[in-house]
Amino acid sequence: MAEMTLLQAINTALHEEMARDEDVVVLGEDVGVNGGVFRATEGLYQKFGAERVMDTPLSESGIIGSAIGMAVYGLKPVPEIQFADFIYPAFDQIVSELAKMRYRSGGDFTSPVVVRTPYGGGIRGGHYHSQSPEAYFCHTPGLQVVIPSNPYDAKGLLKSAIRGEDPVIFMEPKKIYRAFKQDVPQEDYVIPIGPANVVRSGTDVSVFCYGSMVQVAEKAANKASEDGYQVEIVDLRTLYPLDIQTILNSVKKTGRAIVVYEAPKTCGYGAEIAATIAENAIEYLEAPIIRVAGLDTPFPYTLEYVYMPHPARVYRAIQDVLNF
Amino acid sequence: MSITQDQGKMSTTAKQHQKLPEGLTESQLKAIYEAMLLTREYDDRCLKLQRQGRIGFYAGSFGEEACQIGTAFALREQDWIFPSYRQPGVALLRGVPLQSMMNNLFGNSADVVEGKQMPVHYTSREHHFLSISSVIGTQVIQAVGCAMAAKIKKDEAVVLTYFGDGGTSSNDFHSGMNFAATFKAPCIFALVNNQYAISVPVSKQTSVECLADKAKAYGMTGIQVDGNDVLAVYRATKEAMQRAKVGEGPTLLELKTYRAGPHSSSDDPTRYRSKEETEKWLKRDPILLFQKELESLGIWTEAYEADVKASIQNKISEAIKVAESLPQPPWESLFEGVYSNDPQALMAQKEDILTHESGLELTNEGEFPL
Repeated sequence: MAEMTLLQAINTALHEEMARDEDVVVLGEDVGVNGGVFRATEGLYQKFGAERVMDTPLSESGIIGSAIGMAVYGLKPVPEIQFADFIYPAFDQIVSELAKMRYRSGGDFTSPVVVRTPYGGGIRGGHYHSQSPEAYFCHTPGLQVVIPSNPYDAKGLLKSAIRGEDPVIFMEPKKIYRAFKQDVPQEDYVIPIGPANVVRSGTDVSVFCYGSMVQVAEKAANKASEDGYQVEIVDLRTLYPLDIQTILNSVKKTGRAIVVYEAPKTCGYGAEIAATIAENAIEYLEAPIIRVAGLDTPFPYTLEYVYMPHPARVYRAIQDVLNF
Repeated sequence: MSITQDQGKMSTTAKQHQKLPEGLTESQLKAIYEAMLLTREYDDRCLKLQRQGRIGFYAGSFGEEACQIGTAFALREQDWIFPSYRQPGVALLRGVPLQSMMNNLFGNSADVVEGKQMPVHYTSREHHFLSISSVIGTQVIQAVGCAMAAKIKKDEAVVLTYFGDGGTSSNDFHSGMNFAATFKAPCIFALVNNQYAISVPVSKQTSVECLADKAKAYGMTGIQVDGNDVLAVYRATKEAMQRAKVGEGPTLLELKTYRAGPHSSSDDPTRYRSKEETEKWLKRDPILLFQKELESLGIWTEAYEADVKASIQNKISEAIKVAESLPQPPWESLFEGVYSNDPQALMAQKEDILTHESGLELTNEGEFPL
């Protein structure tokens, strides 16, 4: 075991996977000599060299497009998009190409690219360093979308993603990159893509969340437990494919559901969870499903703490579903 | 246009009969110099504000003063600027008030967008200075569209867009160059080749030695200019303006310079370049080069510089004092300005927050890590 941050867990997974499989390559802006602007790729360039750790020209579509070509040939590229906010120049390559390569070629060609990208707010980054664009990718058949919430999961999920046969958008909650440490096994392990994780068991309310919102939900749950209520927190971990069974099991137990996500509320990922619950377990519900989300505005700078879902807002939703 | 032009009185020490460069008057030369000094002082103080934890982020233009002032000084009021995030000197020269820029850095209630944008992302329609994006290169093709519009409307306006060596790798640079040349748009591409895109040197950005050569592939005039020589930059911009005005279309100006400071307050250049390299470039500090030229013309003296600096520092200090004393924008402002008319769903979100959370003492615990 070693104590490490989420960022160190990512870095460790990359080191181990590159050592394990020489087909794994890393590319992106500032990922080489500089070790990435967040230091997620620290030491890779020095250890594995410029051929496998590539500082690229400043072009997101170039990064993803070339990664697709490498993957088609047989490499396992792990490109980094420096901020999820900068992924849009590569949107065409991701949506039209990466996601559809297997299907459109009848499996003749595949592009198992793992796109790593830091996302999310709470770091005073304003419009262009704070967004949570996961819903766009969940809406794109052919992509898997993975978001870890802690160091242990980050290492295991990233390894799974790299060893998988399909493309993954691997979104890293940068607000908690260095927020806390956790014991992470030094030996090799993987966490499969798909299963959600019940991080806190409870009987009164279910809160579904992912990424940095898991901590927000925990704080709200602590407060609710002072009132005598037991909140169950389900960390989705994988947004696509979604672990529907774990969600339904939880709702059937508690009868109350809240979804927390920091992207704008309208058409955000929480709507999918709410619809899934309504379709499959509406008869178990004792209160409306509540979405606690970001606002339908571009991500603000000064007032981001009003924009971001915070524990008090989640706590209020817990009270609302309990008192319905 | 310059906020310092009023100080450009005729110096008694100037060699009255000597022909001044580029057809500029002594007061114009002084205005250029003072605008460069203002840019340097502004960057210096703002980076310090960030280091002191008084603002969240800063990205300076240390070393790029000639690229900014040399280009912008050649423009007229009706011309337009599509900037990147590293042209504070251009905003100041265009007349964007120092106070307004400082309000942006603090994201306070007097900020024109009430703290919606992060620091250094200024905006001023009045000064034809487009709102800044962090995304690299996006403004390049937009500038071309703006120039096409001016041409369609038969207005005599030229559009100048700034981007860096990194920006030449973006898709929007390529479409921008192609559209501009194809439509003979009256625009100028100011490629500030400061040698680095964060940590990536220009040698890893492109295989082309001379970035101005990229113009050839699009059927456009491309010129490499010493970006540390403010008068050379001014001359090249004037010539590009002339081409645009007579219908010869766009020009790519490669302004070769050096990003003498960090990419931003979150960057540590010692990780990827040597001190010796930076020191080598600092010997060609654009302000010092121009100062020597002005000295040889009998325009610059130590006393003059000291006066100008003192005046600039006072103005900056005053602007900081005011900006720092102002409160944050009200929560309501967060919901305003997304559309021309407020959507009902958004107003419902606003009501919900104001009704239930106004009493909460929320704080901003975030810290910008890059």
